[in-house]
Amino acid sequence: MNTKTLLYILKRIGLAVLTVWVVITVTFFVMRAVPGGPFLGEKAVTPEVQAALEAKYGLDKPLMEQYFTYLKDIVTELDFGPSIKLRGRMVMDVIADGMKTSAKLGLMAAGIALVVGIVLGSVAALRRNSILDKVIMVVTTAFVSMPSFIMGTLLLLVFSMYLGWFPANGSTAEGLVLPVINLSLYPMAYITRLTRSSMLDVLGQDYIRTARAKGVSSVKIIFGHALKNSLIPVITYFGPMLAYIVTGSLVVEQIFAVPGIGRSFVSSITNRDYPMIMGTTIVLATLIVVMNLISDILYKVVDPRITFE
Amino acid sequence: MKKKLFTMHVDVDDFIPASSEDKAYMVQMRPSTTFFKDGMKRLMKNKIAAFSMFLIIFISLSSIIIPFFWPYQYDKMLGSTPGKPMDPSYNNLAPFEYGETELERIAAGEKVFPHIFGTDAQGRDYFIRIVYGTRISLAVGFFASIIVLIIGMTIGSIAGYIGGKVDIIIMRIVDIIYSLPDTLMVILLASVMKVTLQPLLEGTILEKLGSNMISLFLVFALLYWVSMARLIRGQILSLREQEYVLAAQATGAKAGWIIRKHLLPNCISVVIISTALQIPSAIFTESYLSFLGLGVNAPMPSLGSLASDALNGYATYPYRLIIPAVVISLIVLSLNLFGDGLRDAFDPKLKK
Repeated sequence: MNTKTLLYILKRIGLAVLTVWVVITVTFFVMRAVPGGPFLGEKAVTPEVQAALEAKYGLDKPLMEQYFTYLKDIVTELDFGPSIKLRGRMVMDVIADGMKTSAKLGLMAAGIALVVGIVLGSVAALRRNSILDKVIMVVTTAFVSMPSFIMGTLLLLVFSMYLGWFPANGSTAEGLVLPVINLSLYPMAYITRLTRSSMLDVLGQDYIRTARAKGVSSVKIIFGHALKNSLIPVITYFGPMLAYIVTGSLVVEQIFAVPGIGRSFVSSITNRDYPMIMGTTIVLATLIVVMNLISDILYKVVDPRITFE
Repeated sequence: MKKKLFTMHVDVDDFIPASSEDKAYMVQMRPSTTFFKDGMKRLMKNKIAAFSMFLIIFISLSSIIIPFFWPYQYDKMLGSTPGKPMDPSYNNLAPFEYGETELERIAAGEKVFPHIFGTDAQGRDYFIRIVYGTRISLAVGFFASIIVLIIGMTIGSIAGYIGGKVDIIIMRIVDIIYSLPDTLMVILLASVMKVTLQPLLEGTILEKLGSNMISLFLVFALLYWVSMARLIRGQILSLREQEYVLAAQATGAKAGWIIRKHLLPNCISVVIISTALQIPSAIFTESYLSFLGLGVNAPMPSLGSLASDALNGYATYPYRLIIPAVVISLIVLSLNLFGDGLRDAFDPKLKK
């Protein structure tokens, strides 16, 4: 790793930290713009929660001081304060609880999307212009053009209502099958298209022709040369894929009633549970920013030829 | 007179002036074609893109025209007549079924316009709600893209042309906004603005549009201009080194004039293409927000909110879910295909 790469990585980390700070700041001040303030705006606050909030943030103190308290609590102890609507629960506990289910859901979806996407993309590229290739391309185009909530409701209709294969409620292990499929379809389709085009690009390179001319078996060419190099662009999609899965889980968990962080976020929006909205936004945003950072750095390390401005 | 071979004598007949027909015969040139015509010709050759274009035009026109002659309104509950108790026979009608009073009128020999898609849980004609939903979704996509275009173009061209410190500051801001998780920020801003904007809008013309729609546009204006600005800046950076810009500067043209008259017209194809591709993503975002309950205000329908409402009764009335789902997928798919075709036709350099 040379100094230039190191410098790039440092710069990239700096930008990520700055972004997270902007997210926290924007969240705090945007929420303060709510009439009556985020903590006391609604009448339904229980006296205990109100007392806890006032003690926590010193709501009588100047705005900037409250902001710094909020910032300090997040950075030092991941403390987002108590929830307004869920009696006696801290925001961070609710997030951690929901994260258990959501992480399982998201990781499985990402894994399936990667494996199936890469396999389908490679098959399509190797059998270029065959019927199989065309079918794969048409199907993936359709998946890319369908909003996730529509895909989810259609899955629910077909597999749970008409065929009765899976339960409609996502709180059991069996019930997670449809949400996982739902979340994985869009990234899967995207990865398939990405792999196909980069594989076609690689297969046209001189070194593949050289390998063929030398009599290397096609299995070795595909796995030893072509696949390895054509997967580099897929790395750049890791970050956006996670962003999609995080935001997609908001609707998917809603549709399939999965008890995850997405569902609690959506219900906190409808309930106007502002500390909950703030906490979840910051946690999820940080997750996405970190994942983008990792995938950018990985991309740079895997292929040092790539230069950035 | 017999022609002598090998003679030096010149035949005068060979030198008579050509008639206009002869001249026309010799002209090999095609009629000159403009940039736009040329691109359109290429676009029409691409069958998928052309078909998508006609589909979009058809959907847009019908969403505008149908409400003019359709006998039902999107917010009229057919079961409720002033001064009478609610007639529940109009709620949840299946396609081509009629309510009680309508059946009486049919029995009396009157003709009643059918409810093609039935009615919803509140007894509203579902077909016209779909038409209005399509109209709203298309309008959101279109206007949001225009907002993004204007802001992105202005900031991008300023950054690209002026350069230096201005460029560095603008591009750092762009970098940060670009790395913000946009959907989460949209949800955050939309959920706050919904409450904050409500009192501000009361009594203005914007009230009818609803605070959610306004916050949606505001969010687009705040967050989505960055990729457009980056694109334009890149174009301007390469264009401003051209000789004609130097010539314009030498004759004393001001920066604004050069940007408007020389630089922007030259990156117009890139601008049009990315605007066209922006529309489906805006429609996507709107339907996503509507689905989460942050979209248009009731009783105004959008395709996303229709699908979201239908989720409650999907087991009994699956078609109410499927119809908006199909319409929204068709719109997004054809806009994407059309945008791709547009890119291939107007900017062959970009083709992969």
